[in-house]
Amino acid sequence: MATESRPTPAISAARPRLVSESLDAWFGERHAVRDVSLTVIEGSVLAIIGPSGCGKSTFLRCLNRMHETVPTARVSGRVLLDGRDIYARGVNAIAVRKHVGMVFQRPTPFPTMSIRDNVAAGLRAVGAHLSRRETDEIVEGALRRTALWDEVKDRLHASALALSGGQQQRLCIARALATSPRVLLLDEPTASLDPASTQSVEQLIRELRGDVTIVIVTHNMQQAARISDRTAFFLLGELVEVAPTETLFTTPADDRTEAYITGRFG
Amino acid sequence: MSESSLVPTLEVVENGEPTVFRIHGRHVGDGIYQGAITFFAVCIPLLVALIAVEIAIAGWPTFRHFGLSFLTSSDWDPVKKRFGAAPAIYGTLVSSAIALLLATPLALGVSVFLSEFAPHWLRQPVGFLVDLLAAIPSVVYGLWGIFVLLPLLRDPVMPFLRDTLGLGNTPFFSGPAYGPSMLAAGIILAIMVLPYIASVSREVLLAVPRAQREAAMALGATRWEAIWRAVLPYAKSGIIGGVILGLGRALGETMAVTMLIGNRQEISASLFAPGYTMASLIANEFSEASSDAHLSALMAVGFTLFVITIVVNAIARWLVWRVSRSASGQAA
Amino acid sequence: MAGMARESQRQRAGGMTAATVQRPSARQRAVSERTRRGLGRRRAVNAAMLGLLALAAVIAVLPLIFILTYLLVRGAGSLDLNFFTHMPEPVGEAGGGMANAIAGTMIIIVIAAAFGLPIGVGAGIYLAEHRGTWLANTVRFLSDVLNGLPSIVMGIFAWQFLVRPVGHFSALSGGVALGVMMIPMIARTTEEMVRVVPVSLREAALALGYARWRTGLTIVLRTASAGIVTGALVALARVAGETAPLLFTAFGNQFWSTSITQPIAALPLQIFSYAISPYDDWHRLAWAGALVLIALILVISIVARVATRARFNTGSGD
Repeated sequence: MATESRPTPAISAARPRLVSESLDAWFGERHAVRDVSLTVIEGSVLAIIGPSGCGKSTFLRCLNRMHETVPTARVSGRVLLDGRDIYARGVNAIAVRKHVGMVFQRPTPFPTMSIRDNVAAGLRAVGAHLSRRETDEIVEGALRRTALWDEVKDRLHASALALSGGQQQRLCIARALATSPRVLLLDEPTASLDPASTQSVEQLIRELRGDVTIVIVTHNMQQAARISDRTAFFLLGELVEVAPTETLFTTPADDRTEAYITGRFG
Repeated sequence: MSESSLVPTLEVVENGEPTVFRIHGRHVGDGIYQGAITFFAVCIPLLVALIAVEIAIAGWPTFRHFGLSFLTSSDWDPVKKRFGAAPAIYGTLVSSAIALLLATPLALGVSVFLSEFAPHWLRQPVGFLVDLLAAIPSVVYGLWGIFVLLPLLRDPVMPFLRDTLGLGNTPFFSGPAYGPSMLAAGIILAIMVLPYIASVSREVLLAVPRAQREAAMALGATRWEAIWRAVLPYAKSGIIGGVILGLGRALGETMAVTMLIGNRQEISASLFAPGYTMASLIANEFSEASSDAHLSALMAVGFTLFVITIVVNAIARWLVWRVSRSASGQAA
Repeated sequence: MAGMARESQRQRAGGMTAATVQRPSARQRAVSERTRRGLGRRRAVNAAMLGLLALAAVIAVLPLIFILTYLLVRGAGSLDLNFFTHMPEPVGEAGGGMANAIAGTMIIIVIAAAFGLPIGVGAGIYLAEHRGTWLANTVRFLSDVLNGLPSIVMGIFAWQFLVRPVGHFSALSGGVALGVMMIPMIARTTEEMVRVVPVSLREAALALGYARWRTGLTIVLRTASAGIVTGALVALARVAGETAPLLFTAFGNQFWSTSITQPIAALPLQIFSYAISPYDDWHRLAWAGALVLIALILVISIVARVATRARFNTGSGD
């Protein structure tokens, strides 16, 4: 288990960074997320697993108010980011997203931008008035953290589309990290990658642990076991169980969790 | 992290608390953006309405004064302020009919040939050449028509049709062969609408499911039989849509027709005789129109043309849309 | 399918008599009916029709070759440097050119683009982002209506709307008339190009904290821009040769003028008035003008094609 290799001080401090309280989400009439209350500890990695269609991605998209970008989508309940409800009146969804980074299933580099501009794309959106040198510094920092720097430093001005799939996905993570978000949401980030690229992305998540608060949705239980501190199991839109990863995979409290992790369904 | 200190706008210090981040606030940008693109979109209906209203108002005195006889009378005399647009309407319909009669078989032939028979290396270039016909400006067709087509018609084509083939006995090919004529206008229009009919038919033919022709071929039909019995019936209404779209083009064509039709206010059965179309009538007389009544009459002609082309185009779009919908319904 | 194919093979192998092996369907009956009438005849019909279709293709391409050849021969023969640098001369004086008409056409199409581009692109974005709403459907339908309007109608509209109230012809009114004609063409390509930008790119931008307007302009529009530029150039090429809308708007001008509030010369207008004139010198200039006009249109179209190719190159990565 990953917990052996590196102590996780964040858990001992146990400061909640992101808390959902009785969160419900709908697509039109379909009730996709049902009454989910869940806490993400600062600096930890929370994995969300469950069979496809269980609402795990929808839940994730509620955490940065992306869910509401789909027509007919609806949310109720509270999501507290460092104690402040992002669904409170007067809160601006766009401002919220600047503090919560997100990476999707497929790599989404912006095709008209160079590698450098891709990483800097979020900085421009948050309205940071940075000099060219400052931007370059942040870009380099973000690329170093995602272990891309050595691979791309000679072609920062080349099109991002020239990178391999795994590199593109790490570029997207770098792009999300460049604005120093409070939480990083990963929606099945390795689903479209080959095994080697998957490994490099997992390695990256392990290295970010402690620094960055991460919520990762995955359909791959082994991946959840490899990289997360805590794991939540979703079924039919409900949160069945959340526990330290080792506990959840060895001694699950709920029969349904046990049924799922032993492969009896899903 | 060192980066966070470089992004000062994200962090706001308030009331001595360490860092309070900003999530409140309103963005006016989205409202402006939505407003702007909605405005541009609404411009299109507004423009169509504006065009209709402007021309209708300008033509209204004529419609009110002459009523239905404006469309049925062939007495067009700007001096006496008597206006009947029947010759122009007749000429528009006849020249367009000639154009469709000539262009439809050719366009259909090209598109069937290109979509069913032609070797692959030939499809792109020939299709491109046919499309190129649509890129030539109307005035260039007119220029070519005046200096190449008219002399050819005068001698040998018209005498050949009239005398050698003996068609001069019919009212349609009789009379002197001047050159500028309904026939000349019809021929140039045929060349001009051919690419429109061809490109729509080609699209429609390519939308016919493979199974349709393979089923027929598998039953032992020759390729031509498969096309005639399976493919063409399937594509029929789309092809008719393409033809009507071509008709819409032909009805409104101005320059080439003005240069070749002879511009005479007369209804004659002979295609050798000069005539007039609504568009060429406007083009010819508009800048010379000195009286308000004359201007209004020309505007009324314009409004009539406007209404006819809208109706024709709406029918064409509906037919093409029906085929593409049923084709995509089959694919799904 | 395979069974049917085998069946038809057997039919062919057995000649005309093997057509009734199985209970025939209506269509099979029809085909076998034809089979009995003779394969040879049917093959002959097939070959004849193929010949006719190929002939149609040849005849369809013939006028184009005919016209282009004439343009090249007559146009190139009359074309010289004076044509581009000199003003029109009165009848009988040799060596006139169409410098003012070339400049005028440029000015008019710039006005047309300035008017048609924002409305066309904006409306296209609206149509792509609001698919299925009644307003979008209405706009799309009326855009088709606008596209089908005869150019002469556009001309009298622009006269009534922009010339009559002012009291004189102007380059501006001609440009606007052509601009209105460009709108539906640009709106259609923009809609198509914006629609093929993946939703995932939009989402990625929104998740970075981009506002919708910023997503629309810097991500979606920029990704679609090569295609939109192509569409705009194709539209420009189409209206550059239009004459009818300019007859009572730009009107033409024998003198050098670049003022957008004054009547202005244009290549198509000049070609028209020279073509219907009785003078040989002017006829020659008309041919030269037509060649230059076609060349202009061709250059715009080629630039458009190159822009498309550039898009596909970046689109496919390495």
